[in-house]
Amino acid sequence: MVSNGGHSVTLAFVQTMQDEAALVAALRAGDEAAFRTLIEMYHAMMVRVARMYVSTQAAAEDVAAETWLAVLEGIDRFEGRSSLKTWIFRILTNRAKTRGIREGRSLPFSALEPDEAAVDADRFHGGDHNWPGHWASAPAEFPEERLLAAETRDVIDRTIASLPPTQRAVISLRDIEGWSAEEVCNALTLSETNQRVLLHRARSAVRAALERYLEEK
Amino acid sequence: MTQANTYEDLSCRELVELVTDYLEGALPDELRRRFDGHIAHCTGCRTYLAQMRATIRATGTLTPESLTAEAESALLDAFRGWRRSSD
Repeated sequence: MVSNGGHSVTLAFVQTMQDEAALVAALRAGDEAAFRTLIEMYHAMMVRVARMYVSTQAAAEDVAAETWLAVLEGIDRFEGRSSLKTWIFRILTNRAKTRGIREGRSLPFSALEPDEAAVDADRFHGGDHNWPGHWASAPAEFPEERLLAAETRDVIDRTIASLPPTQRAVISLRDIEGWSAEEVCNALTLSETNQRVLLHRARSAVRAALERYLEEK
Repeated sequence: MTQANTYEDLSCRELVELVTDYLEGALPDELRRRFDGHIAHCTGCRTYLAQMRATIRATGTLTPESLTAEAESALLDAFRGWRRSSD
């Protein structure tokens, strides 16, 4: 987006604002098509985000469904100080956190494990080498033509699905849905640092999986 | 070992943990300068950075998860219930 130059960014932004105002007005008027548009845009992602805080998929689906009712009940009070998207995801995360606490789960970000290396330690020279910590087995370029093959995309999909729910939500929002770092921090009430740590672990895991897969044959 | 050989006093093992902060523009100036200095000398780390960019690009081509028909009909039912009760 940024590389498109300021003008088109501004136009896209204005367009988004108009769409959003129109959606809010339609929703207040009880318009089903507006509601359908919103659930198509956000519901699946809301379930994924809720899963960061609650222990089962069914509980995450409940929280997302309850959030929509809260959105409908509260839409008259929505003032547009944040984007509609941020407002909806804030309601979702508050509800999911409350439910997670009731389930006796600790909040996901208090449980960041400190040492999860992006690359296996045995890829680097050890302390007895002249160049400790430098590549012993250097990475190779990914072959561009295989990178976008359906099978490769399946590898990425499966790897993301296997990540802890917090990492899964952050990489999905950032790299699949295309949200900005700021939007993710606001919607999930994450600090910038935690957002980056989660994104780093998730992207590193996907890179490592791609490397393993692309080297196989 | 000469100074240049230490690649800005940053090992490759340390560098791979800084890649996301680098791409996010979140590295402090001094560390960013050392990062740039390191990759200018180190083919392995340049390739690693390219792999990471390729990973992000490939992930970006995945289709966002869509709403299931079952969830959609349940939510639309809830919506209609809400509209009736708020009339």
